[in-house]
Amino acid sequence: MSQEPSLHLAIALDGTGWHPASWREPGARADELFTAGFWVDQVREAEAGLADLVTFEDSFALDGDRADRAQGRLDAQLVALRVGPVTSHIGLVPTVVTTHTEPFHVSTEIATLDFATTGRAGVRVRVSSRDEEYALFGRREAGAESRESLFDEAADHIEVQRRLWDSWEDDAEIRDAATGRFVDRDKLHYIDFEGGHFSVRGPSITPRPPQGQPLVSALAHVDVAYRLAARGADLVFVTPGGVGRDGPTGDAEAILRQVRAEEASVGRDGDPLHVLGDLLVVLDDSADAARARLARLDETDGSELRSDARILTGTATDVADVLASWHDAGLAGARLRPAVTAHDLPRITRELVPELQRRGLYRTAYDAATLRGHFGLARPADRYARV
Amino acid sequence: MPKKQIHLAAHFPGVNNTTVWSDPASGSHIEFESFRHFAQTAERAKFDFLFLAEGLRLREQGGRIYDLDVMGRPDNVAILQALAAVTDHIGLAGTVNSTFNEPLDVARKLATLDHLSGGRAAWNVVTSWDEFTGENFRRGGYLPKDKRYLRAQEMLATAQALWDSWPADEVLADAASGQFLRHGDAGRFAIRSDQFDISGRFPVPRSPQGRPVIIQAGDSEEGREFAASSADAIFTRHAELEAGQEFYADVKARLAKFGRRPEDLKILPAATFVLGDTEEEAAENARQVQYQQVGPATAIAFAEQVWNRDLSDVDPDGPVPSFDPKTEDDVDSGGHISKGRASVRMYRDPVATANEWRELGEREGLSLREVVIRKNGRHTFVGTPQRVADTIDEFVQSDASDGFVLVPHITPGGMDVFADQVVPLLQEKGSFRTEYEGTTLREHLGLAPSPTTVAAVSVEA
Repeated sequence: MSQEPSLHLAIALDGTGWHPASWREPGARADELFTAGFWVDQVREAEAGLADLVTFEDSFALDGDRADRAQGRLDAQLVALRVGPVTSHIGLVPTVVTTHTEPFHVSTEIATLDFATTGRAGVRVRVSSRDEEYALFGRREAGAESRESLFDEAADHIEVQRRLWDSWEDDAEIRDAATGRFVDRDKLHYIDFEGGHFSVRGPSITPRPPQGQPLVSALAHVDVAYRLAARGADLVFVTPGGVGRDGPTGDAEAILRQVRAEEASVGRDGDPLHVLGDLLVVLDDSADAARARLARLDETDGSELRSDARILTGTATDVADVLASWHDAGLAGARLRPAVTAHDLPRITRELVPELQRRGLYRTAYDAATLRGHFGLARPADRYARV
Repeated sequence: MPKKQIHLAAHFPGVNNTTVWSDPASGSHIEFESFRHFAQTAERAKFDFLFLAEGLRLREQGGRIYDLDVMGRPDNVAILQALAAVTDHIGLAGTVNSTFNEPLDVARKLATLDHLSGGRAAWNVVTSWDEFTGENFRRGGYLPKDKRYLRAQEMLATAQALWDSWPADEVLADAASGQFLRHGDAGRFAIRSDQFDISGRFPVPRSPQGRPVIIQAGDSEEGREFAASSADAIFTRHAELEAGQEFYADVKARLAKFGRRPEDLKILPAATFVLGDTEEEAAENARQVQYQQVGPATAIAFAEQVWNRDLSDVDPDGPVPSFDPKTEDDVDSGGHISKGRASVRMYRDPVATANEWRELGEREGLSLREVVIRKNGRHTFVGTPQRVADTIDEFVQSDASDGFVLVPHITPGGMDVFADQVVPLLQEKGSFRTEYEGTTLREHLGLAPSPTTVAAVSVEA
């Protein structure tokens, strides 16, 4: 058996890219931003680079009111569903806002994504802290609840999604013509979740998805978010060398220590979190060229690019060096945010990936068919099944 | 004068006993391949749209999950979006409940479906006040029964306001000039009504259809008015000629007072079909399907829904029970034996229904199961492909409907035979398209384009 290359790569898709001027760049296809082809082509490019997964950013609210910035956003889950049938290996991880959505709906939607992709679904949960999002729903007051309470709600949201995924045992459908029974109802389970923000009875309307448990992830910059990930996620995106709302997040080692400490404090059992570092990349043939490109983009937009994640301007080799150092520090891999998707995503797939492969850090072909499989995670037993 | 055109929808077989799972031809109800096959068959047959109902809670009977029917289904809007990837023309319609969803989220999803299908989205707006279903959602059964239509109306009006909040020409995406939008704050709205108090900016630019196609189902007075005021299509149960003509005339006559034309609302009864090479063969096939649809256990379960008590000791092949139904707990009190099943509301007078069943059984010497089969409803169309095509065309040409929502009893291949044998005959008659002429569902249905622009949206109740 060959040694499994252990570095995992996620691509963070967000419109035409993470730089606000990206929509004006050659090949950006900004006029196609709301068409299926735009998204399909991006995900296929990431799949050509053998990425573990793509994430789709989402928010109910728009960012700012500048007419010279690309505005407008589609539902991330539906984007993933549209892409699913025309891709074959890559994991698809839409963002879901836990504060304003029904866990029952989200659970069945993600299960449906898992069926439509035969096991490539994941979900990234996000807690809403934006006043604009609260006003769009008009159900609760922004700022009326503590951050801890909102993160507890997110943990409950994940718990309900997960219980619903398990609420049908794998062999619940029996089609027993002799008795006329389609299902064995002893293998369907009420989840009877009672929490501070909602209670959900169950079972799901959707049978257990192909992966059993689709992959759950979160982006985290602070303790309360690391704790959320430790409680409910399989995968956490962190920002080494970046800046969170509470200030600098620390380097990879420091963040990893915090994540592991939260895992211990919440008594996490089973697989430890896979921790991926976020990096916003501006790639070019030389570091100077990359810096010049970023300067030009900043000038076009009229402001300096700001990001919670570290911004790397450089060559594919520079990125590979950072990823290798993160890997040495114990991170499982990285989630890369291309500054200009049309430019930087092909640089990732055609320059960075071969470089990582040369270093023996990255797969040369997909060797699993499911998203869990890409991370070496087994299909879990159903929590309700009697052995 | 050109012949009136038939509109056809394909309903993916539902989670009820119409769908036969015991047949060897019955495949998966959940794997994507089943949906792909069904959708591509309907598109091959040039149907107007595919329709998927919605599930929010598994049904129960006698305090336990009802286990005799097909069950387990995907989120319908989600699977429709995936099907947009493997079809090019067919409309994609899903039911979304107005009680257990919020307008911003629903409007965003349907606008997204419309964008990512190139203008093929439709929304079947349904209402609910059911506390049983509510147990799966944040607010539980919070909606009083008499508010359900109010909420549905406000939900739809709000969604339409949100869809209209972006002018059609808002997105410029002009890299050279650097102008992406005409107005930096496009999509701004404020809505305050009985059910909603929301404001901000709708995040999705105007979709290809502007407003997705709106469908309403419901035969009640309220339902007919709601459809006449705001729907593009109405689903009905009136698949018999005279009742159909009456319903058709009634609903179409209501349109004028809302400033709408008769062709602005399509009337589409639900219909089933069983085919055969001869009339006799078709009749025999139909009889067999009926026996598959009502097995012994299903016969007892249906009787329990009328008697409202456990009848597991009753022999389905014996006579209709001689004792009367239990009447103290009606459906709306929440004490009924059957939960999550709209059809039990038919039994307003269970004692009378039981008497009717008993008399039928005695008069014709039928067992309980045979009575249930008789009462379970006949197939709408039974016959040779020619006979079925003739009947469908007659319905449409004589204004009993504008077409049908067809549901086969086998998943996923049940529509194949209709596509192969009936559709060509309808096309020969000149009543059904041989190619898609438009690209959007609105165009397939012959509906007027949505109103184009509403600049500043502010709805005050």
